[in-house]
Amino acid sequence: MTQAQTARVAALQGDEAVAEAVRQSDVDVIAAYPITPQTIIVEKLAEFVADGKLKGEFIPVESEHSALSACIGASATGARVFTATSSQGLAYMHEMLYNVSGMRLPIVMAVANRALSAPLVLNADHSDMMGSRDSGWIQIYAENVEEIYDRTIQLFKLSEDPRVMLPSVISFEGFILSHDKERVRLLDDEPVRRFLERPRHIHRLDPDEPLTFGAIANPDNYYEFRKQQSEAMNTALHVFDEVEMDFEALGGRVYGAVDAYNTDGADTVMVINGCAAGTMRAAARSLNASGENVGVLAIKLYRPFPVEQVVAHLSEAKSVITMDRSMSIGAPSGPLSEDVKASLQASGMSKQVMSVVYGIGGRDMSVEDGKNIFGMAKEGSSFGAALMYGVKV
Amino acid sequence: MSWKQLEEGAVVKGGTSSSYIVSGWRVKKPIINEAKCTNCLICWIYCPEPAILRHEGGKVTIDYDHCKGCGICETECPPKAITMVKET
Repeated sequence: MTQAQTARVAALQGDEAVAEAVRQSDVDVIAAYPITPQTIIVEKLAEFVADGKLKGEFIPVESEHSALSACIGASATGARVFTATSSQGLAYMHEMLYNVSGMRLPIVMAVANRALSAPLVLNADHSDMMGSRDSGWIQIYAENVEEIYDRTIQLFKLSEDPRVMLPSVISFEGFILSHDKERVRLLDDEPVRRFLERPRHIHRLDPDEPLTFGAIANPDNYYEFRKQQSEAMNTALHVFDEVEMDFEALGGRVYGAVDAYNTDGADTVMVINGCAAGTMRAAARSLNASGENVGVLAIKLYRPFPVEQVVAHLSEAKSVITMDRSMSIGAPSGPLSEDVKASLQASGMSKQVMSVVYGIGGRDMSVEDGKNIFGMAKEGSSFGAALMYGVKV
Repeated sequence: MSWKQLEEGAVVKGGTSSSYIVSGWRVKKPIINEAKCTNCLICWIYCPEPAILRHEGGKVTIDYDHCKGCGICETECPPKAITMVKET
């Protein structure tokens, strides 16, 4: 760990960590609309701009749809652009999400997860992010506040890479991480600035050399533009590793596209994304201390989905548990579960998979819950149908 | 065309619609009565396409290659110098 690069240690909430990372990333334009639990991000950034600590434009808007629309215009000029939202706000951006990715604008967004209304709830699940899963944005799920900070900086580099040019989201659970104060080792402004050197390849709207954004593509070539995005996503998987290596030299921290705990030779491996991964590792450690042999695979990079790494870590497991913090109502299982099962199938592997839904609408998930779920997998009674863990019956 | 040959994100050079002839879209075409026209340029402002051409001295004519026949010019013309006439 290169401690020398760490300028100062601070206690920051997840939202504050995003705002600090955005300030240091020297963003040119921010357009965002406040929504709980993301509000602190918007407040902090407005403050930074007002105080001259961030020399960018803060565009106050009347809705999330307008926020992302303003971001599109700004990004098309070649500016570095950031926005943040949650829940209904992300749903309201939905139409524009596809315009951003389709026009290959490297906008970075933070999403403090919140379950969707109705009924109205302020607490977290992943249904906001999963609703935009197929919109062509790179998606990263952070587990703690320091990771939120690091990932926000990394995403500008990943998105703006000429081989990628795709928008990206840093996702983290509302309140559990957005409002939780944790220890963060902050970097100096200058090294971050050097890390995020200004790209020169990005399209710039210029009155002297006009460009068309959002042109019509008829059925004879629309499909090919989607193929371009798909290829860029595949490339992003490799560029992600490069960005992480560069960042490790800067901050001494590396996370990986997946984080594997005791997956080699484990009887059961649990696959999970988001902050409950740490809770599940604690459950697994406790079980392993009493003679069990279980592992946890945390998915950090969800889009592009790291198929090869996931399959490699599951190859020795006798059974697999998938943990979805969102529901695809009417589907055989949650979205993460289906990605895992599809990855295994594509690799010619047949595993017993127990698909679990948990933490919906902010329902707590404890170490004991984790042990229970591993216990259910051991009994082998719950394979097949998706299990709504913890629902009151 | 292969995906490798297409412009990234369908971001293309601007002004390409000028090479696209839309005269076949029209049911009616605008005819300017030069005796009534005051060269106020309201039609030039309102035309959603660059189909009203300005000439030296302010005189306007219609670029029928790029006029879709929407009739906005007829509606907006203050001295009622533009009339939509059925295409034959």
